[in-house]
Amino acid sequence: MADKILAPLPDGLGHFGKFGGRFAPETLMSALEDLEKSYREAQRDAVFQQRLAELLRDFVGRPTPLYFAAKLTKYCDGARIYLKREDLAHTGAHKINNTVGQGLLAERMGKTRVVAETGAGQHGVATATVCAMLGQECVVYMGEEDIQRQSLNVFRMRLLGAEVRPVSSGSRTLKDAINEAIRDWVTNVDSTHYLLGSVVGPHPYPMMVRNFQSVIGMEARQQTIEATGRLPDYAIACVGGGSNAMGLFHPLANDHEVQLIGVEAAGLGLDTGKHGASLAAGSIGVLHGTKSYILQDEAGQIRQTHSISAGLDYPGVGPEHSYYKESGRASYVAVTDDEALEGFQLLSRQEGIIPALEPAHAIYYAATLARQLSKDHTILVNLSGRGDKDMHIVVEALRVQL
Amino acid sequence: MSRIGAVFATPQHKALIAYVTVGYPSIEATLQVVPALVEGGCDMIELGIPFSDPLSDGTTIQRASLGALQQGVTPKLCIEVAHKLHQMVDVPLILMSYFNPLLHYGLEAFCAASSEGGVDGLIIPDLPPEEGVELERLTERYQLDLIYLITPTSTEERLRLVAARSRGFIYAVSLRGITGARETLPADLESFLARVRDITSQPLCVGFGIATPEQARRVVNIADGVIIGSRIIEIVETSQQPASAAQAFIEQIRNAISPH
Repeated sequence: MADKILAPLPDGLGHFGKFGGRFAPETLMSALEDLEKSYREAQRDAVFQQRLAELLRDFVGRPTPLYFAAKLTKYCDGARIYLKREDLAHTGAHKINNTVGQGLLAERMGKTRVVAETGAGQHGVATATVCAMLGQECVVYMGEEDIQRQSLNVFRMRLLGAEVRPVSSGSRTLKDAINEAIRDWVTNVDSTHYLLGSVVGPHPYPMMVRNFQSVIGMEARQQTIEATGRLPDYAIACVGGGSNAMGLFHPLANDHEVQLIGVEAAGLGLDTGKHGASLAAGSIGVLHGTKSYILQDEAGQIRQTHSISAGLDYPGVGPEHSYYKESGRASYVAVTDDEALEGFQLLSRQEGIIPALEPAHAIYYAATLARQLSKDHTILVNLSGRGDKDMHIVVEALRVQL
Repeated sequence: MSRIGAVFATPQHKALIAYVTVGYPSIEATLQVVPALVEGGCDMIELGIPFSDPLSDGTTIQRASLGALQQGVTPKLCIEVAHKLHQMVDVPLILMSYFNPLLHYGLEAFCAASSEGGVDGLIIPDLPPEEGVELERLTERYQLDLIYLITPTSTEERLRLVAARSRGFIYAVSLRGITGARETLPADLESFLARVRDITSQPLCVGFGIATPEQARRVVNIADGVIIGSRIIEIVETSQQPASAAQAFIEQIRNAISPH
C-alpha cells in the first residue's frame, strides 16, 4: 500500500476522482478549451520553459532557500522544523510562481489584458508585478472588506500600474472578487486572460496552477534530502484555495512515507460557523466552476466565511485537496485566529522571521506537532509569505487581547 | 412532444418567455406578476431560483437574488411556488438555477419534486453538456426538458454538442457577457444566429440584454423566441402596480413580435 503510485490526475475533463470538472458558463467553455490547449503546448515548448525558468531564477529569485529553524526546534524540544522560504520570493509570497507562468501564457495566447481576483492582495500584487514586467493591462478585483484590511497592497498594485476595482457585492471578500473577475472575463473574453490565483476554478486552472506552484515542492524535496539525507516525515502548509499547499504536496504525493497536512482557518472556532475550513467542516458542492468541498447552508447557498487572514477567507478549496482528503493521501486540520496569532509571534521571536498570517496557521500547527514528536523526526513547513502586509491587523488584534 | 416543444409547433408563432426571480420582491408579488405576464402574452415563464453567487448575472438579477434570499426563499419554496403557478396559468414553467442548489437538494429529488409540481424544464447556466450527463438522465426520467445554452463564443463543435443535447429549445445568449438590459445588442447577432440555424433545426430562443420591442423584433427575425428578464425585474421593483405594469410591457413586446 505504501508503494501505491497515484494515477496522473486530472483526467481529460479535469476530474480528480469525483471532484473538479468544468462547471462554467458556455461563454467561457471555448476560452477554457483554448487555455488548456495553449498550456499543454507551452508545457512541451522548450523555448517557453526556458524563459519561465530564467524568470523564476532572475526575476522571482528562485530557488528559495530551505532554512533549518534551529531555535524554534529547540524551543519546541521535539521534531526538527525546516522552513521553505517562499516569503523570500519576489513580492513576498509564493503567488508569483503562478503569475509568471500564466503571464507568459497570456502573452503566448496574444491576450493583452489580464484580470485577476485577490483576497489578501498577494496574488493581486504578484499579478500586477508580472503585468508591469510583460507590458500587459491589468485589472484586479478586490472585495471592499479586503481593501480595508489590506490597504498597503492596494497601493502596491496601483503603483505597479494595475487598476484595482472594489467589489461591493455579497460578502465583499475573495469569493465575490472571483465572481466579478469571472463576469469581466465573460464580457471581455476575446482580449482578456483570467489569471486565477489558486488551484480552484474550472479545468484547467486547478491542474495548471498546481503545476506552476510545484516548483516549491520539487525544490523543497531535493533540499530536504540534501540537508537531512532523507525525506521529511511531515509536510505542512496552510490551505485557503490551496495553491501553496498543492505546490508543496504534489511533488511529494508518491512519497508515501511523507505525511501531508493541510492547515485551514478555524477563524473564531469551527463550532461558531465563523471560519474558512471547507475541508474540515464543509460538504461537497460546486463553486466557481469546480466540484469540491465548500461551505454552504442547508439550501445550498454559499456561506460567509471568516478568517483573520484574508488569504484563507474563502468558502471553497481546490478539488485536488478534496481528492487527497477522500483518498486519505493528505489530512486536514484547522487552526483558529488566536492560535495563528500565537504562531505569528512565535516565529517572529524565535527565528527573526515575521510570517504572513496565512502560513502562521501552519507554523502554529507545526510547532504543536513538533512538541509531540522525537528529535529524529523532521517537519517541512511551507512559509508561503512574509508578514509585512498584516502589520496593522496584528496590531489591532493584539491590542484587543492585551 | 413536451409542453415546451408544443409552444413551437404553431408555424409563424414566436415564443415570448419572461424571467422572474422567485420571491422578489416577495412571494405574493411573484404569484401576481406571473399570471399578468401570461395574460400579457407570454408563452412560457422562467422562474429563477435565487443563488448567493450568480456569476452569469448582472446587477439587476444579482439584486433580485439577494433580495429573495433575504426573504428566506429556498429551492424547496421555489418548487412550491411553481406548483401554485401551475394551477393558475396554462403555460410551461421552467426553473432556472445555478447548479449548486440542485446538487445540494439532491439531483433526483429535485427532478422528482419539480416534475410533480408541474415544472416542464430546467435551465442551469453553469452546467455545460460535459458535466450534464447525470442530470440529462434524470430529467428524461422525470419528463423535464434540460435546456442548454449556446453563445457567440461557442465553436462549431460546441454548437453541435449543445444542439444534440438540448431539449425543448436551445437558449442562445445574444452577447459576450452577463445578463442585464442593454441599450444596443451586438452587431454580430444575426451572423451568430445564422451560424446556429445552419447547424440545427431545434427551436432557438434568444436571451441576455433584450429590453425593448425593437430589440425583440430584431431577434425573432431569425430566432423562434425571445427571453426577457432584467427589464421585467426593473419594472416590477419600480412600479406602484407591478403586475399591470409588467403586463403592459409584455403586451408591447408581444405586439412587436407576432400576434398572440
